[in-house]
Amino acid sequence: MKPQFSTRLSCLACAVFLVGGCATANNPKDPFEGFNRAMFAVNEGLDMAVVKPLAKGYDTVAPLPVKVVVGNFFGNLWDVWTALNNLLQGKPEQAASDVGRVLINSTVGIGGAFDVAGEIGLSKHSEEFGQTLAKWGVGDGPYFYWPLIGPRTTRDTFGWMVDTYFDPVWRVDDMALRNSLVAVRYIDVRASLLPSDKVVEEAAFDKYNYVRDAYLQHRRNEVFDGDPPRLRPEE
Amino acid sequence: MAASTKLTSAAGILLMKRFVPFLFGLFVMLSPVLAQPVSPDGLVRTVTDDVLTIVRQDKDIQGGNTRKAIELVDTKVLPYFNFQRMTALAVGRDWSKASPEQKKRLADEFKTLLVRTYSNALTSYKNQTVTYKPTKMQAGDTDVLVKTEIVQPGSKPVQLDYALEKQGDSWKVYDVIVAGVSLVTNYRDTFNQEVRNNGIDGLIQMLVNRNKQLETGKK
Repeated sequence: MKPQFSTRLSCLACAVFLVGGCATANNPKDPFEGFNRAMFAVNEGLDMAVVKPLAKGYDTVAPLPVKVVVGNFFGNLWDVWTALNNLLQGKPEQAASDVGRVLINSTVGIGGAFDVAGEIGLSKHSEEFGQTLAKWGVGDGPYFYWPLIGPRTTRDTFGWMVDTYFDPVWRVDDMALRNSLVAVRYIDVRASLLPSDKVVEEAAFDKYNYVRDAYLQHRRNEVFDGDPPRLRPEE
Repeated sequence: MAASTKLTSAAGILLMKRFVPFLFGLFVMLSPVLAQPVSPDGLVRTVTDDVLTIVRQDKDIQGGNTRKAIELVDTKVLPYFNFQRMTALAVGRDWSKASPEQKKRLADEFKTLLVRTYSNALTSYKNQTVTYKPTKMQAGDTDVLVKTEIVQPGSKPVQLDYALEKQGDSWKVYDVIVAGVSLVTNYRDTFNQEVRNNGIDGLIQMLVNRNKQLETGKK
């Protein structure tokens, strides 16, 4: 049963690869567009068959307070890494604020379940190693679309590997617990993206293109901490 | 007595005849000044508050009724958007190749598509609140970015910025940027490719088809 499924999947991938390979014009940002479109198709298939139904189920079953707690819990674990990255990027005030967040939320916030620090004005920052590399001057490199992980530039693919290596969730010794945590976090993140599905579905002419261009704009925004230099619109 | 009344009323009429145009002239002169105080961030705040007040009370919109959300956006938001400029931005360099007639059609179709996107986003409203960030603006600026944040429990706030430009005395939005992603320029590569392959008319047709498809998909 299992090999059959994967054979089918790889056939699909090959077919899309061939079609994608011929049909697309060369985009300098996306030299591996054929490969990426194939992976995109794989991911869309996985999403439709497995991930999205799970996320929808979770979204229906879990009441909002539960989802808030789940999001806060994983967010609190990540804040340690956020602090370190802020430090590596030469932003000690932000790093100090992140450390404060972890201390407050882990104690008063009952193991990270409640974002008490956020309530009192220590706002959450969004940092990972890809952004740190960008601050250090590493360029985007070619764009990739990976199965399960989704879009990443070359730099951010490497950043993601470093993130995962230091990710406390991946470092949990008990394998069953670790896998459950990884799965819950994945589904929780996917569920939080459910409302934007329809928006993207209707707005995009070519979903692959739309996702790619949105991702690249979004990353630029993240690297500049939400305040990128404005591009003069009509180039 | 009667004569004097007549006299005063005649004087009154004379006075009115001169005074009314004077008043009218004064009003016309002053009205731009009176309209002036609407700042770009003030405008964004007023419109956002207006729209959110309605969405918070409207169970249909919250339940995913796109049509009703579109009506809301049409009446409350559209008057403050400059779609000609938005379309020019989305199309990029090829815009100058379009005839006035083509430009009008492009702008009309792109407007329909964007309004739907924006309305769809409204229907996913849950318990979010909007906070406004201080706007960097100097006297005499005619192009300003107004930054807001959608705050939602349990997840990171989503950045929502509006780029506005001053036209005469009023400010108009020409770009909406969600989490750093411009809903307008995100189309540029797709549009450029279509113009390269099928010309401006091809692009118009692509937009027409999409809008029709979305329209019929929605009962």
